[in-house]
Amino acid sequence: MSGYVRRSFVKGGALALCGLATGTGIPRFLVRSAYAGPTRRRPKVLVAVFQRGAVDGLGMIPPHGDAAYYAARPSIAIRPPAAGTPETALDLDGFFALHPALEPLKPLWDARQLAIVHACGSPHPTRSHFDAQDYMETGTPGVKTTRDGWLARGLLARAATAASPFRAVAVGPQLPRALRGDAGALAMQTLRDFDLGVDGSGTGSGMDARRAFEALYASRGQDVIHGTGRETFAAVKMLKAADPQRFEPAHGARYPRTDFGEKLRQVAQLIKADVGLEVAFVDIEGWDTHAGQGNERGQLANRLADFARGLRALALDLGDRMEDVVVLSMSEFGRTVRENGNLGTDHGRATAMLVLGGPVRGGRVYGRWPGLAPEQLFEGRDLEVTTDFRQLFTEVAWHHLGVPNQANVFPGFAPSSETLPGVLMSGRVS
Amino acid sequence: MRRWRIGLVVVAVGLLLAGCGVAHERSARSVVPDTPVGLPVGSRLTLPLTTLDPDRQVLHVLSRLAYGPRPGDVERVRAMGLAAWIERQLEPERIPDELVERRLGAYPTLRMTTAELFQEFPRPDPAASTRRREAMLSGEAPMRDAMAGEAGLGGPPRIATELAAARLERAVWSERQLEEVLVDFWFNHFNVFAGKDAVRWMVSAYEREAIRPHALGRFRDLVLATARHPAMLFYLDNWMSVRDGLIVPSGPNQGQRRGLNENYARELLELHTLGVDGGYTQADIVETARAFTGWSIDYQGTRQFLYRPGAHDDGEKRVLGHALPAGGGEGDGLAVIDIVTRHPATARTIATKLARRFVSDQPPLAVVDRVARAYRDTDGHVRAMMRALVTAPEFWSEAAWNAKLKKPLELVASAARALDARPGSEIGRRSAGFHLARATSRLGEPLFYAQPPTGHPDTAEAWMNTGTLLARLNFAVALAHNRLPGVRVDLEGLLGDADRRRPEAVLDRLLAVTLHGQVSARTRETLIAQLHDAAGVRRTAGGQGAADTDVGNLAALVLGSPDFQRR
Repeated sequence: MSGYVRRSFVKGGALALCGLATGTGIPRFLVRSAYAGPTRRRPKVLVAVFQRGAVDGLGMIPPHGDAAYYAARPSIAIRPPAAGTPETALDLDGFFALHPALEPLKPLWDARQLAIVHACGSPHPTRSHFDAQDYMETGTPGVKTTRDGWLARGLLARAATAASPFRAVAVGPQLPRALRGDAGALAMQTLRDFDLGVDGSGTGSGMDARRAFEALYASRGQDVIHGTGRETFAAVKMLKAADPQRFEPAHGARYPRTDFGEKLRQVAQLIKADVGLEVAFVDIEGWDTHAGQGNERGQLANRLADFARGLRALALDLGDRMEDVVVLSMSEFGRTVRENGNLGTDHGRATAMLVLGGPVRGGRVYGRWPGLAPEQLFEGRDLEVTTDFRQLFTEVAWHHLGVPNQANVFPGFAPSSETLPGVLMSGRVS
Repeated sequence: MRRWRIGLVVVAVGLLLAGCGVAHERSARSVVPDTPVGLPVGSRLTLPLTTLDPDRQVLHVLSRLAYGPRPGDVERVRAMGLAAWIERQLEPERIPDELVERRLGAYPTLRMTTAELFQEFPRPDPAASTRRREAMLSGEAPMRDAMAGEAGLGGPPRIATELAAARLERAVWSERQLEEVLVDFWFNHFNVFAGKDAVRWMVSAYEREAIRPHALGRFRDLVLATARHPAMLFYLDNWMSVRDGLIVPSGPNQGQRRGLNENYARELLELHTLGVDGGYTQADIVETARAFTGWSIDYQGTRQFLYRPGAHDDGEKRVLGHALPAGGGEGDGLAVIDIVTRHPATARTIATKLARRFVSDQPPLAVVDRVARAYRDTDGHVRAMMRALVTAPEFWSEAAWNAKLKKPLELVASAARALDARPGSEIGRRSAGFHLARATSRLGEPLFYAQPPTGHPDTAEAWMNTGTLLARLNFAVALAHNRLPGVRVDLEGLLGDADRRRPEAVLDRLLAVTLHGQVSARTRETLIAQLHDAAGVRRTAGGQGAADTDVGNLAALVLGSPDFQRR
């Protein structure tokens, strides 16, 4: 089945190209694949999840073995693990634990499919959400002039597995900075609405109007509008052929009926429909817990429940396909070690990032722990960054997506195999 | 290259004003006096030379200082004179706006105080909310769809839904166009998120009290009004920020320790005033947060601003090099607002944002300098900055022409205006504003639901992608085929006497009405090619007689064309 579907895409791509023969404007994904050539390999997939608003890594992955943790957070620390007692932290390794709302992820940890990189973050100390997000997505901390994103550069640096406009997809109304650039990524709010609703005037001219719109955007205009238009029509055609909406969640997976759950459900459909997806990008918001953050229950717990249940459903739903999938969570920075005056936390430095999937060397917390005692904190208030996020992202780019080591995915940064965290099986053996 | 003088026709505006109403509402406007009292006759604006020809000058102004031209607007502005039209828009309080005011009567929440809204729309029972959240997370309940407005018809979300509907009605039908553009601009600059708890009840008063009255006023008043507004105090948590170590004296949290919250202080410096590179430090943020301690909300009572002296940190502070002596009380916050609004970095930040909105995504430094100078010279008067902007040569340059991509609100409003869409008589669920706001949301800009304090973005890269392009085309199809409930377009009326049996004549008439002839050769050629195809031609019933032009499809193609996505 999947072989048939994939062939129909190649055909769809050729059709799209014919349709554009009047102009020189060829969709970027086809230009790219012209020298890439077709392969039969099933692509490796990265699902990037951005926790926008700066997730509190110390609430998400509490370091219950660090006594300073409880001293700094009299109201909002997560109660230490106590087996059999509900609403306590879920111990991972005697020092770190999962927030109890992350309980759905515990089986993945036990199955060694979940790794955590703690005290991870940016070398740039900005505490501005917007600068920090930009730096993390462009992959150039401190440089504001970078126009494209690290994932777009990574995709450009390696041959596509298949000619597809669905190589990189952001589920949401906007294309995130990480995917902006020349890789031809697309954004879609929902699979259902990703079509041109031209019919319905009762004249039967729907298909012709569709062709007319396509012609309008097929001209050689080099601006953002024309470029987007060409990719759009190719994508619509291919999606129609693949019909990913026919895939129901499998293996009893139940996605939360939330924004995040809906997005992940559609990512799974794209993966199962073999549309050539290599990078999916999903946002989850609501982490800026300045006030009333809560502890085992409350605001942060509610967001984490959504996050964990969504990821759990994705892993269940994809089943064996998880062998080719890595989920990487990220957030622009962490939050203050001490709780603030409103039982919340303010903007800090390092946070924790999750790496999940078949290729992951899981069941371990990676990174050097800098400690939470007052003298160990960055500027006396924040968890210090001991793993540059670019180390982790580089490992995913090299050892999962297959981006060549010499590619300049993070300009001004020179990683080497020895310095990568080693969270992936195919990476460094530690 | 030929250079044109702008706004040569400087005339007494009296008679011409009467012709400026919505064409189909002309009878309703006859009660308006011909010359509003005190309106200056002629113009004080001196516009620079430009290579834009007079037609493009008018279109440029209508697509930057307004939500695009309606049929007849170009002629009216030309007759009035560009400078006079701009002058008039700079003083919106003098422009009668009865049609839209009558329409807004259909949205009762617009006129209610926050306290009344809390009464009218009680907070849902917390146990029920918890049950619903649990059902959502476990995948059992249907998705909440407040942002699309489905659930926004009853209960507290109705408040933001009506506010968004009113915004669209004003964008399309208000005569005070520049004011509407600036209300949108300042709301996003001082964004609050209607999805955050109590903000839901406060967002309507926020636009009405903190943003709208100052849209063309003083920047300092905007900062002050937003700083003291419950919506902002709640959204950025300042209402709970108290002096470090305060022990709660009474109530359920009696005996607990409370302290500073940096959230508002940081965004005040980073986003509202100095800008992220404005030269402040983490220490400045903490000192600013100390200065604003006690600026709070009477949350259980009036729901209005309340200064709580007991919560204020009365020690000495130092903000951006300025000393604030101990004992400043409520005045500390006012002092910080003075410091930051007089800071040159603020002039620059605000000038850059205005130039980005009105000139281009990467505005030339010269226009930023000019607007920043106007800020410094007038202590931050918005009207003066706008005058500086529209008298800048860069505003009238070829590089600025059509340089902006319409964001969703602009696309929806300008399309409705281009086709002279009329509101139906329906209110509530079926009202025009409601459906136009929903379309805007589908295009990616749910009004009042931008979560981050940056608000909705103002540059092309944020708004143009595959998914939203499809949504734009689908909106064009729905509007042109009269499938958008509550909104009616009369294409037959717009076409006038154009010969329906000659598709090219119909197309040219449509291009003249919507794009005023400013269409690329390629778009026009492509559209003409469609005329000989089935897309532009509708077969008559049973194939009898000559084929008829499919006006709806043609109009949809024009509104969906690359050319119409720009302004």
